[in-house]
Amino acid sequence: MQHTLIAWMRDKPGVLNRVAGLLRRRNFNIDSLQVGHSEKPGISRMTFVVNGDEHMTDQVIKQLRKVVDVTQVEDVTEDPSIIREMALIRVHTATETRSEIIQLVDIYKGDIVDVTLDSMVVQIVGSEQRIDALIELLDNFEIIEMVRTGPVAMVRGSRTHSRRKSIAGWRASRNGAISAEEANRFSTGGV
Amino acid sequence: MTQQANRATQSTKDDPRFTEPRRMTGAQMVWEALYLEGVHTVFGHPGGAILPTYDALAQYEADGRIHHVLVRHEQCAAHMADGYARTTGEVGVCIATSGPGATNLVTGLATAQMDSVPIVAITGQVPTNLLGTDAFQESDVVGVTQPVVKHNYLVTDVHELPLIFKEAFHIAREGRPGVVLIDICKDVQNDIGLFRYDFDIELPGFEPWPAVEKSALIDAAELINKAERPLILAGHGIHLADVSKELLELVEKAEIPVVTTLLGTGDIPESHPLSLGMGGMHGEAYANRAVQGCDVLIAMGMRFDDRITGRLDQFAKQSKIIHFELDKAEVGKNVTPHVAVIGDLGETLPALLPLIEARRHALWVQEISEWRTDSSETDILHYETDQLIPPFVIRQLWHANASTQKETIVVTDVGQHQMWESQYYIHEQAGMLLTSGGLGTMGYALPAAIGAQMAHPDRLVWAVAGDGGFQMTLQELAVLKQERNLPVKIAIINNGFLGMVRQWQQLFYDKRYVGTPIVSPDYVKLAEAYGIPALVVRKPDEVTAAITQANNTPGPFLIDFRVKEEVNVYPIIPPGRAVDEMIRRPKSAAVMQGYSGVEPSW
Repeated sequence: MQHTLIAWMRDKPGVLNRVAGLLRRRNFNIDSLQVGHSEKPGISRMTFVVNGDEHMTDQVIKQLRKVVDVTQVEDVTEDPSIIREMALIRVHTATETRSEIIQLVDIYKGDIVDVTLDSMVVQIVGSEQRIDALIELLDNFEIIEMVRTGPVAMVRGSRTHSRRKSIAGWRASRNGAISAEEANRFSTGGV
Repeated sequence: MTQQANRATQSTKDDPRFTEPRRMTGAQMVWEALYLEGVHTVFGHPGGAILPTYDALAQYEADGRIHHVLVRHEQCAAHMADGYARTTGEVGVCIATSGPGATNLVTGLATAQMDSVPIVAITGQVPTNLLGTDAFQESDVVGVTQPVVKHNYLVTDVHELPLIFKEAFHIAREGRPGVVLIDICKDVQNDIGLFRYDFDIELPGFEPWPAVEKSALIDAAELINKAERPLILAGHGIHLADVSKELLELVEKAEIPVVTTLLGTGDIPESHPLSLGMGGMHGEAYANRAVQGCDVLIAMGMRFDDRITGRLDQFAKQSKIIHFELDKAEVGKNVTPHVAVIGDLGETLPALLPLIEARRHALWVQEISEWRTDSSETDILHYETDQLIPPFVIRQLWHANASTQKETIVVTDVGQHQMWESQYYIHEQAGMLLTSGGLGTMGYALPAAIGAQMAHPDRLVWAVAGDGGFQMTLQELAVLKQERNLPVKIAIINNGFLGMVRQWQQLFYDKRYVGTPIVSPDYVKLAEAYGIPALVVRKPDEVTAAITQANNTPGPFLIDFRVKEEVNVYPIIPPGRAVDEMIRRPKSAAVMQGYSGVEPSW
């Protein structure tokens, strides 16, 4: 069964490597992994899709929590959540197929973001199934190139996470080594 | 342990050495931080990238604040720090240079991490401007060590150094202990910064002491109180939390027999009637039968390693399992317990005690003691033989050491002798056997014994090694001399084979002894070359005299026990089999020798 997990981690050099290394070492089966900034400076947010049973998912979560730089891990599989993926698809077009493709993309609420005489680039954001479906359709017209992000997830409803300050700035300013201005520079993002 | 930490933070708040910012180089910061952490001894080997740090050591060595032990191979620096840490409970420190120095450390660090030993390892790194250029003696140490440490740091800014040290010791020490590595670029060691050491640690992702759930304790107590055939499986955690006394109280109050893991050796005195010794692959038959026959299995501070469980789906099938564990990730990793009590045993075990009813389990104990009688009938010690067999040597070592009245630490290597030590040496106290349980690192004995002896100059320390493992790290004999005749006693159980591998070849590979016969140097002459007195022992009747002579000789001593070659460790659970499917020692027609071992009475 697929589980969607969200992990927050300190934006430190090598943290992605720590997490990826852990997953590899423990032989966990990861379908997809997305990293990006979170709302907190200095904290990155990662969305995983893990393919495995309860036991494996439980281990993934527990082992991730043991990584010192990982501040929080949640399994949102059971929660009502918004899960979205994005894809860019370059599809072959001919004069007679162009309008049909545009219609299809329209139905799927995608956008045409680039057009040439014999191809166009379709952008679609949506659930995994919707993207799968569009790709299957466009495949009939010959897909030349494609890129897909993995899913990113957010739980519905009102939820807040406690704010945490940037560790690097805090560390340097506690040490008295940098001025307030410099500390501020640090705290605007990870180092 | 948390109280200790609190006290430490309290004292640092009004101590000017912690609070007064002082200008110094990164190299000085290293030693100042170690000194303020209470480190007296470090084990290491210098090299180019760590030279500035070694230079700053001079002052600390001159006024006797920190003593540096020069090793002959960095792996042994980690093992020594490991031995030091296991016997003191404090953080062991080892130091090495970049590149090969750091990669040599890895085996030792992995050994310590697998056995939950607190170590802070310091390595030099090429200057920041050369990072990633494949510079001379550069290796990605943080990347290389990542899978085998609790946490690690690459320091590229001198201002971060003090806090990193404080965090490193905090992470290594708190919760389930482990290894933290700090890789410091050479230019950072030379840079000047402000040193303070009164930080509060803020690590939002680090939860060393999870809160104890009262309801779990109540569930556990209920199961234990109802049990007819309860059994405790005690591991390293009992020693780490220092709750041997409480464990013994629990055991006697509710009459629960105890099986230990290899690292749990001595959790309760092994001469106690309710102690069943070690379980698992080479555990006593009655201990493993007890594991399979119990109705409630109480696992404490252990992680259900495959060496203790055998085939998992057959393990303790009929019993309810209660798991007392600090590390949440260990709960449900191999065995899913019916009740999990998460938290420090130092907290949970005392809290459990009043919930447990005083009970007797006469039938269950009787049943086990019948199995025990059956086992002792096939005990090799009763065999009539005039050849020198390893279990006999180990038992005599115990006799001789027990008669010295000194606290004795035994450090074993890995292999057959390690299992025999576990079976035939009687440990009355936890933490007195140091051995590489998780990683199974050959070559561990001598360096770890040196570390233990450095921590406890007055204790008797025996390194027991096979001829295979000893040859992996015998260069450290030089350290014994350099450290002013460090009185480590060495017993080599020399059977001319890599014995454990040979045993597997005999049992599972049709006796094709490939790569296992091993030639040894003349250990007496070797010891002589290092200026260490030594003896060779070939006959059973010479054993006691030799050990006594070693114990009475000041300084180091080496004994080369030329034992019978093809002796097997029994019982053995073949890999992939259930713990009660063991191969027992074939019953011999030989006349029983009678009372050659010891059955100590409680």
